Amino acid sequence: MTQPALDLSPLVSDEIRRTTCYMCACRCGIDVHLKDGKVRYVEGNRDHPVNRGVLCAKGSAGIMQHLAPSRLRAPLRRTGPRGSGEFQEISWDEALTLATSWLKPLRDTAPEKLAFFTGRDQSQSFTGYWAQAYGTPNYAAHGGFCSVNMAAAGIYTMGGAFWEFGQPDWDRTKLFMIFGVAEDHDSNPIKMGLGKLKKRGARVIGVNPVRSGYNAIADDWVAITPGTDGLFILALVHELMKAGKIDLDYLARWTNAPVLIDCDPKSPRHGLLLRDEAGKDLVIDTRTGKPTAFDRKGVRPDLGGKLRARGITHVTVFQRMAERYLSPDYSPEAIAERTGIPAEKTRRIAAELADVAFNRAIEIEREWTDFRGETHKTMTGRPVSFHAMRGISAHSNGFQTARALHMLQILLGAVETPGGFRFKPPYPKPATAHPRPHSNVTPGKPLDGPHLGYPQGPDDLCLTPDGQPARIDKAFTWENPMSAHGLMHMVISNAHAGDPYRIDTLLLYMANMSWNSSMNTGGVIDMLTDTDESGDYLIPRIIYSDAYSSEMVAYADLILPDTTYLERHDCISLLDRPICEADAAADAIRWPVVDPDRPGHPGVRGFQSVLCDLGHRLGLPGFVADDGSPKFKDYADYIVNHQRRPGIGPLMGWRGENADSHGRGAPNPDQLDRYIENGGFAIAHIPEDAQFMKPWNKAYQDWAVGIGLYDAPQPYIFQLYVEPLRRFQLAAEGHGHRQPPEHLRERIKVTLDPLPIWYPALEDGHADPVEFPVHALTQRPMAMYHSWGGQNAWLRQIHGHNPLYVPTDIWKANQFSDGDWAKVTSPHGTITVPVAYMAALNPNTVWTWNAIGKRKGTWALDQDAPEATRGFLLNHLIHELLPARGDGLRWSNSDPVTGQAAWFDLRVKIEKVPAPTQSHPVLPPIASPVGQGGARVIPKATP
Amino acid sequence: MTQLPTHTDKKLGLVIDLDICVGCHACVVACKGWNDQGYGAPLSDQDPYGSNPAGTFLNRVHSYEITQENGPAQVVHFPKSCLHCDDAPCVTVCPTGASYKRSEDGIVLVNEDACIGCGLCAWACPYGAREMDQAAGIMKKCTLCVDRIYNENLPEIDREPACVRTCPTGARAFGDLSDPDSAVSRSVAERGGFDLMPELGTKPINQYLPPRAKGLGQDIDVLAPLLDIQPEPTGIVGWLDKLLGKP
Repeated sequence: MTQPALDLSPLVSDEIRRTTCYMCACRCGIDVHLKDGKVRYVEGNRDHPVNRGVLCAKGSAGIMQHLAPSRLRAPLRRTGPRGSGEFQEISWDEALTLATSWLKPLRDTAPEKLAFFTGRDQSQSFTGYWAQAYGTPNYAAHGGFCSVNMAAAGIYTMGGAFWEFGQPDWDRTKLFMIFGVAEDHDSNPIKMGLGKLKKRGARVIGVNPVRSGYNAIADDWVAITPGTDGLFILALVHELMKAGKIDLDYLARWTNAPVLIDCDPKSPRHGLLLRDEAGKDLVIDTRTGKPTAFDRKGVRPDLGGKLRARGITHVTVFQRMAERYLSPDYSPEAIAERTGIPAEKTRRIAAELADVAFNRAIEIEREWTDFRGETHKTMTGRPVSFHAMRGISAHSNGFQTARALHMLQILLGAVETPGGFRFKPPYPKPATAHPRPHSNVTPGKPLDGPHLGYPQGPDDLCLTPDGQPARIDKAFTWENPMSAHGLMHMVISNAHAGDPYRIDTLLLYMANMSWNSSMNTGGVIDMLTDTDESGDYLIPRIIYSDAYSSEMVAYADLILPDTTYLERHDCISLLDRPICEADAAADAIRWPVVDPDRPGHPGVRGFQSVLCDLGHRLGLPGFVADDGSPKFKDYADYIVNHQRRPGIGPLMGWRGENADSHGRGAPNPDQLDRYIENGGFAIAHIPEDAQFMKPWNKAYQDWAVGIGLYDAPQPYIFQLYVEPLRRFQLAAEGHGHRQPPEHLRERIKVTLDPLPIWYPALEDGHADPVEFPVHALTQRPMAMYHSWGGQNAWLRQIHGHNPLYVPTDIWKANQFSDGDWAKVTSPHGTITVPVAYMAALNPNTVWTWNAIGKRKGTWALDQDAPEATRGFLLNHLIHELLPARGDGLRWSNSDPVTGQAAWFDLRVKIEKVPAPTQSHPVLPPIASPVGQGGARVIPKATP
Repeated sequence: MTQLPTHTDKKLGLVIDLDICVGCHACVVACKGWNDQGYGAPLSDQDPYGSNPAGTFLNRVHSYEITQENGPAQVVHFPKSCLHCDDAPCVTVCPTGASYKRSEDGIVLVNEDACIGCGLCAWACPYGAREMDQAAGIMKKCTLCVDRIYNENLPEIDREPACVRTCPTGARAFGDLSDPDSAVSRSVAERGGFDLMPELGTKPINQYLPPRAKGLGQDIDVLAPLLDIQPEPTGIVGWLDKLLGKP
């Protein structure tokens, strides 16, 4: 029979434009195919260092995000009451004049009354720069409710953390353990890495209460009880130390394990590290038996060194570690019940780690020279690697748990060695090389320095002269001294309470605070709409920028509509959250592959360009040229011409007069064109001899200086013992001029321990574990992880509603069956939701997909969309404060070290109820400024 | 009724590794995006922003739980699209000849000009791999990206199905399963690749590689020889001395 003739070579597109994806936070390279000037198809960029051509479900669905009917179309001024969704479209000039009229008088009198917080912000080095020029201390991005425990624990311990800071050595690792990673952070690189491991026959162990996604393909699964990861890790440490299966040479050379501790209990320096006159950490040199600076040429530090002085024997960090972790409190048997992990399993995993690290070590022939001047012929690899994310960090013990995990990596000698965990530039970078926080306000002037940083002790806290919090979120206070990313989740609550003071204007960027980005969603809505006795809102003014008709839009007074990601300039900068690889520095841009197009409306502008304009209108230093004109006509102009230090700007590629320098160099007016020609990114490879042992490797340090990551070599040793934590403990013990309030002393003594510890989730001390026996978690599905687009026409067909998944015993005890509903109650609230059965769970854990549920009237969805009728948020069950326990104090539901929101400490009880018509609570619908429903755009041109 | 070719020169198809698939749906959406603007009618969506969004997809991922007596429950992600069967019942059932199997490469296609939308093929397919497009009223199915794999407007490296190109874990491979030396045939031989529902006699070309056995690794006893290093009776100091090799 005859077959039809097919055109096997149809024209795919007229043009491919290469830019950076923004469907989540991974920042993959994409090829955007255009036909007749319209976006037609999106696929991965094969040359791009992040994704090498692959693309996830979100990335491929980006076309539906770009064409979504929920896109905002014009600046909006609120006309109805807050929360009504009633707005009037206004011109950009009206909008910017109005914003200036609000912000200018504040800057001249009380700049702290502007609180500027950004959510899904990939331009934090720019937004922070703007906020610093404005002069408010109240700036941060969303890290405080995301994963600051992970970032802070990593940076304080080893000068880098997971994800953007480093990655497993996917090509060499033989055993990979992944803790608390739902389906996210980061998306494509983890999937690509897992694929590589599987193809090489490497082993994968997943530690997670929920066996979905990555844990589904793990060779072994540890169904841990939420919040007990730290205990499990310390039991692994216990077993490895007891058996001597730790890398002693690595510990002696590259960590502060051999550094001596001041052991004089009467000293105000008790527990701090001993130092010489030059301030260098002291070790005992095994060659001489004498104390010496740790970094002297040829010194061989003694892990068991002792120094006897004035009747006191000072011992090493390693000695203290042995005393703590050899304790039977950390034996596999001792932790089995709490963690839900049989002792035999813990012991077996410890044995696997030891086997791979020491019996299957690898050695690569690469000569290198360390900071002590010693040259090594080879590099020894411990091919064990780890990755972890929110599952361990979003607990009130998350900082110490993440610290424990880094300690385990270091004990195995598996950081920066081949096969282990590898840093990505600009990391390694120790906490001491980061800024310290600044909060000193002078009306009409910039802030005295960068907002966020890494405190080294009580002197770095952001307190006013009378000891009160300087920041509206109370970051860098005794409640959470090391809150390196701020506490976005406390801003609205504190501003509403006027605690520590009242603000005037809240400026938010891409942060859905009246919905899934807040704990206590209903409460936050009340705070945003609450008025004083004269009828004025307690938070007087709210300016919000978003590209879409999200739930937060209705609660703002002025909307500055942002573009879609295909219509904008951005830089993925080394000054910010870069996209480097372990073997290379890399950065990237977004550029308008199509122009913003909102026919019949005033249109949209990139938020960063709007800030450039506002910065000029407000007369902010750095935004006004010498002749009084705007210094930057838009964000693209800033990206090319701003210099943070001479020769160092937002983008590293093609700098200098000859446009031939990666790293340092004068601004190049054609820089963006060069990026576009190169596929949207720049890459600078690290020389072979500099690719491992980076914190100590002279070749890496010199390369990093050359490219502008540092201005001078800064080798350092890993901080198994984090001395800044001890400084806060000392204050709590009564030493020093800055003293914590009485009610926090004991907590600081316990939780700010300089060596990793485990303690139960703080909520367990407030919510009765007997009354609320079930742990409740959320995770984002891979097809929507970190995505600003649950409304996406294609993705919502994959994840359009979210049941609560219930494990076997609870399912049976409640006699649930398919289609049933349950009432879920926490100490804070109740929701009524559909349930579904899942066997592959920790027996005391329920969970659901996060951020599927939508408010009626938002996101241009019909009001009867399943997201708005059956979809739900667990957020209603979580409070930003812990339940009251009769002591008259407000205890924040956050990690006591960093302030990270403790989402995953949630405890609930669950009972079957008759099926209602929709999930509860039911909130009233919001009017949509962009309409609702309708058909989707078909990209294919009709013939 | 439509006849199948007696012989195909190649047997192009997919090999899907169930040991690697994490169920991310990347292949599902890449397929939707490509085929929405590729071969034949667009893949329409009904009520895309409403109460019952439902559209045409040529590839979907299903997830299954497997409970077992000994050991924890497992989750398997199972992507499914047309398997381009050698003995394709969807072709032989077609009353108009619209469904056909290409003699050169074995790809099963629908000639949309001849499709009357009767739906018999979807009924005949035991895998549920065909979907009627509600807007166009014609049957849609995986084309193995026939408009990509030979497309001279694409770089050679991109001449593979969109689902394979995009798969982040590399769980999908494309090739000629009639050639025993092809990479796909070798992986099927090495890993024990299997036919989906072989008892039906459809002789699917697409192959699935099974998940590897899960659970504890081989017995490892490296700790035992060192377990005699105990903190007692000499205490921590004794442990430390022994560990550091001090007398």
